[in-house]
Amino acid sequence: MFNKKECVAMLLAGGQGSRLYALTQTVAKPAVPFGAKYRIIDFPLSNCINSGIDTVGVLTQYQPLVLNEYIGNGQPWDLDRLHGGVHVLSPYEKASGKDWYTGTANAIYQNIPFIERYDPDYVVVLSGDHIYKMDYNKMLDFHKAKNAAATIAVLDVPKEEASRFGIMITDADDNIIDFEEKPKNPRSTLASMGIYIFDWKKLKQYLIANEEDANASKDFGKNIIPDMREAGEKLVAYRFDGYWKDVGTIDSLWEANMDLINPNIPIDLYDPAWKIYSRNPILPPQSIGKNAEVQNSMVTEGCYIDGSVEFSIISEGVTIEEGAVIYDSILMPGAHIKKGAKVEYAIVGEDTVIGENAQIGARPETIEDKDTWGVAVVGNKLNISDGATVAPKAIIYEDM
Amino acid sequence: MSVNMGNVLGLIFANMHDMTVGDLTKNRTMGSVLFGGRYRLIDFPLSNMVNSGITAVGVITKDNYQSLLDHLGSAREWDLARKKGGLYILPPFGNSNASLYTGRIEALNGAMSLIKHSLADYVIMSDCDVVTNMDFRPIVEQHAASGADITVVAHTGQYTNEECRASTILNVDPEGKVQSVLIRPDLSGTCTASLNIFVMKKDFLISLINDSIARGKVSFETDVFQARCNEFSIRAYEYDNYFSKITSIGSYFAANMALLEPENAKKLYLPKRSIYTKVSDNAPAKYDLNCVVKNSLIADGCIIEGEVENSIVFRGVKVGKNAKVKNCILMQGTTVSDGAECSYLITDKNVFVNQKRILTSSPAYPMYVGKDATL
Repeated sequence: MFNKKECVAMLLAGGQGSRLYALTQTVAKPAVPFGAKYRIIDFPLSNCINSGIDTVGVLTQYQPLVLNEYIGNGQPWDLDRLHGGVHVLSPYEKASGKDWYTGTANAIYQNIPFIERYDPDYVVVLSGDHIYKMDYNKMLDFHKAKNAAATIAVLDVPKEEASRFGIMITDADDNIIDFEEKPKNPRSTLASMGIYIFDWKKLKQYLIANEEDANASKDFGKNIIPDMREAGEKLVAYRFDGYWKDVGTIDSLWEANMDLINPNIPIDLYDPAWKIYSRNPILPPQSIGKNAEVQNSMVTEGCYIDGSVEFSIISEGVTIEEGAVIYDSILMPGAHIKKGAKVEYAIVGEDTVIGENAQIGARPETIEDKDTWGVAVVGNKLNISDGATVAPKAIIYEDM
Repeated sequence: MSVNMGNVLGLIFANMHDMTVGDLTKNRTMGSVLFGGRYRLIDFPLSNMVNSGITAVGVITKDNYQSLLDHLGSAREWDLARKKGGLYILPPFGNSNASLYTGRIEALNGAMSLIKHSLADYVIMSDCDVVTNMDFRPIVEQHAASGADITVVAHTGQYTNEECRASTILNVDPEGKVQSVLIRPDLSGTCTASLNIFVMKKDFLISLINDSIARGKVSFETDVFQARCNEFSIRAYEYDNYFSKITSIGSYFAANMALLEPENAKKLYLPKRSIYTKVSDNAPAKYDLNCVVKNSLIADGCIIEGEVENSIVFRGVKVGKNAKVKNCILMQGTTVSDGAECSYLITDKNVFVNQKRILTSSPAYPMYVGKDATL
């Protein structure tokens, strides 16, 4: 017996995140730490519960262990429910054979039985690699008012950035009349945010048809949305004007973290009416030592800081010894920066130890050839020996 | 002797010593007094029991317990939301035996049905006045091996007169047997003081309660522990690890400040024996461009724009621009507005210090400001 749910969310968390490889060797991208005490997936999950959506399927197949353990029974997001709640949906063996998820549409297709158990009118499709706060309920109201078959959330982006996104071309009533993927000469500045609401009966029909087409790539952007447009379904664009950022690359992950400490960027994590929930570590408060200097940074529980920290994001259980200097960097959970080490414009992975007087990354103003500059990355669980140097833009996978 | 800790019932007295910390317990129990930036005192005995393998814990309370119930909830955060065992909250008037007690024996009588129906062979009782990370296993093992009627956890060390006058002092012979008991004596120097943690066999405890109630004896300390010291076999378990005993506002302040020393914090927060507490989903602490923070504990949800030194800052505290906070304990939700200065202050929850107010007290007697006050 399952109660009917008006709306079910399906969160695409399958991505390996190959462009974040140093950080995703053993975890799926949505489980990458973000913003000192969160993981990327906390944002869509918290948005769901804050929007009143209490049934969420998380579709995953790459390195599901950490993600599975992190989501658990969903209690940190208030998603442990008698009916509904959060469910991690991995590919499984069926009587008809076994299949990995071969595309985003195929992943949803394979979980039609899960969705049908709740008999929903609408399905929200989300992705697990965006940082934003959004009320899906308002988008659903818009979807209903427009009587659309599918609604796609869009963000008005600056013209020069438009060619990095999937662009929606709309008429005066926000109906989507055309779209183009990463166009050289964009005809509009409305970028798709990868957030869709579908009328479930319609979506199911298109998923089944797409699955029967052997040549289709089983993808929402490449197949389902174009198929619906060709069939003349009503597709509308829902304009969102808050903060939204894709964190699929090292640079965008670094930038999105830095946005949290930029007072001019409108993402407020302190709003009691729209909390971002996470599985809290069980650690004492952060201890700031006698020699510490901490400015313009975010720091969370279990840290011990006796060095200098500026413009940085310091995750749980990080140790920064006396004389160590951290500028414009992200330290992931459990990182240990020893005496005199300098970390500038860098991401240091989970439980990685940076030896005494090591130099990780560099400030852009100290580099003459700007093409060689970038954010340095030291992967998870590594040891960087005393006095070692990691060049800017380097990505380190092994001890050194 | 190895004891299966699933065979031990934990009992925590949430209200004992309420009187010792003055206004801190005006609206709450001793167990729900805030401590160390994000904890409440009951988190320590409760986490110690859970980390020692105890799966059934009764919390005995008396009055002022709304904050305690709110804090404990279903006890999920301590992994005590269980089908088998778990947390039992025992308020007065919970049954016909449980009247508003005056002594520990009466309180235990109120909890009699839990004790009787427990399948445990041993009971460990703790108050909320000792902040420590204690493994109860060796204590129960010593108790079982020694054949004592009562084992009391104690610490031998230097005590001031003020500390002795707030403690139960034991006279222990070289074999560890308690020969006599002095309650709040006028002493100082090297003493063995009780930490108010006791282990007994369940059956012994039940007959002790029944016997004492029949004789009209209500105080465990004077009527049993002291008066019947030679009748029973009472042994001390010498506890030598890091602990703070809270017997006054002054010692409460000192116990908090002691955690600024990383060596002390390391002994209290052991990586494999976490101290659990209620989760409140705060964002990380934010340090502003011109803030100066030194030698302090800062909890999540804080926004620090001014100066903070030698202080314990609880969750969700705001320290405004050019504000100065020195040697303070600022509890949850305190706001120190722009330009205000505070020193040797203990602010309770949600205190609001107006702009440019200057509040100074002395190390000898830190000033306490009550909940929700605006200064």
